Amino acid sequence: MNNNLIQYIYGIADNSLILGQRLGELCGHGPSLETDIAMTNISLDLFGQVRSYFQYAAKLIGGDATEDTIAFLRKEREYKNVLLVEQPNQDFANSIARQFLFDVYHLLVLEELQNSNDETLSAIAKKSIKEVSYHSRFSSDWIRRLGDGTEESHYKIQAAINDLWIFTDELFHQTNADKAMVADGIGVDVTLLKVNYFKKVSEILEEATLQIPTIEYFQKGGKQGIHSEHMGYLLAQMQYMQLAYPNMNW
Amino acid sequence: MTEQLTNIDQKLFEILETVSDPEIPVLSIMEMGVVRSAKLINGIVEVEITPTYSGCPAMDVIGDDIKAAFQQKGYEAKVELILSPAWTTDWITPKGRAALEKYGIASPLSESADKEALLGNKKLVKCPQCGSLNTKLVSQFGSTACKAFFQCEDCLEPFDYFKCLK
Repeated sequence: MNNNLIQYIYGIADNSLILGQRLGELCGHGPSLETDIAMTNISLDLFGQVRSYFQYAAKLIGGDATEDTIAFLRKEREYKNVLLVEQPNQDFANSIARQFLFDVYHLLVLEELQNSNDETLSAIAKKSIKEVSYHSRFSSDWIRRLGDGTEESHYKIQAAINDLWIFTDELFHQTNADKAMVADGIGVDVTLLKVNYFKKVSEILEEATLQIPTIEYFQKGGKQGIHSEHMGYLLAQMQYMQLAYPNMNW
Repeated sequence: MTEQLTNIDQKLFEILETVSDPEIPVLSIMEMGVVRSAKLINGIVEVEITPTYSGCPAMDVIGDDIKAAFQQKGYEAKVELILSPAWTTDWITPKGRAALEKYGIASPLSESADKEALLGNKKLVKCPQCGSLNTKLVSQFGSTACKAFFQCEDCLEPFDYFKCLK
């Protein structure tokens, strides 16, 4: 069993799982029917991708592991998602800013992961990239609309970008599993994506007449399993059914 | 156009053609282009299908429906989901596209036209009800992951547009 590979898969898939859960919370609560459906459609795409990753991880782990045990039965510190995706929904601007800051990163990771030596990861990336390009188009579009919209929408999206900016640097931190997988030609070297990421994000923020935040202190920890105070609540809700009724099925 | 390479036994083809997409019942899974291969090996039918969208809930149902269709004809079937090569809307057959239009779903445009239409730059999506090109994008995401939501500004009917996926 290749533990680094399993940890590497968690590092990628947990981002989609936790963001998918956050977006799912908006089901029936979106500011308009169209955006409600859009956010939950994105959630569905992300969960679909997660299933492919976790089915693969379950095969590597063997024994009784399944996609569901991996998704629902780990402890908080075993989830390796970045802090950005676990941040709670506040107003629409906040959910869009979180989506945008993640989509740009997600797309860059998948572009590289397509070239992985690992056939399964490469296939999942090739499949997912088609969906994530569309997510990115949606969130970038809303950044422009809100930024270049009314005084109030501009103010709210700027505030959301400022709030979440602190979590962007962590996207480019490498874990030990990352380093091992990069060395094997399986993983993506995220440190190389940083320049391009901030270039793309800045371009869209500028188009949206928004300021690019300048802060020097960044938050980190998610990739090591050290999460923000919001994660426990998210997991409590997400894991409730499997903990209350073990092995339940639809 | 991405070529569709499949490996399907002719007699199995006819049975597979009777299985439809649960969300678009007028479309058989063969017209949809989701079946990659179907072979009879040691008395068991082995079918490989590829998901349209990763999270498409129809895929589980399609798998079960394939097994049921073969069971009715006295075959045991195994269905495997494969990701590579990734499905594209190019694999929807001309017959499938016609069935979509007749059902009231506008069929996917070419990649570049699709982008223009979904960014709201140009009016390129034809209303499946009255044929007018005077249509507008209502929402980039529609009733299922594969569709966007449009409205015709002539006959005023709302309709789904099957997004180009390449």
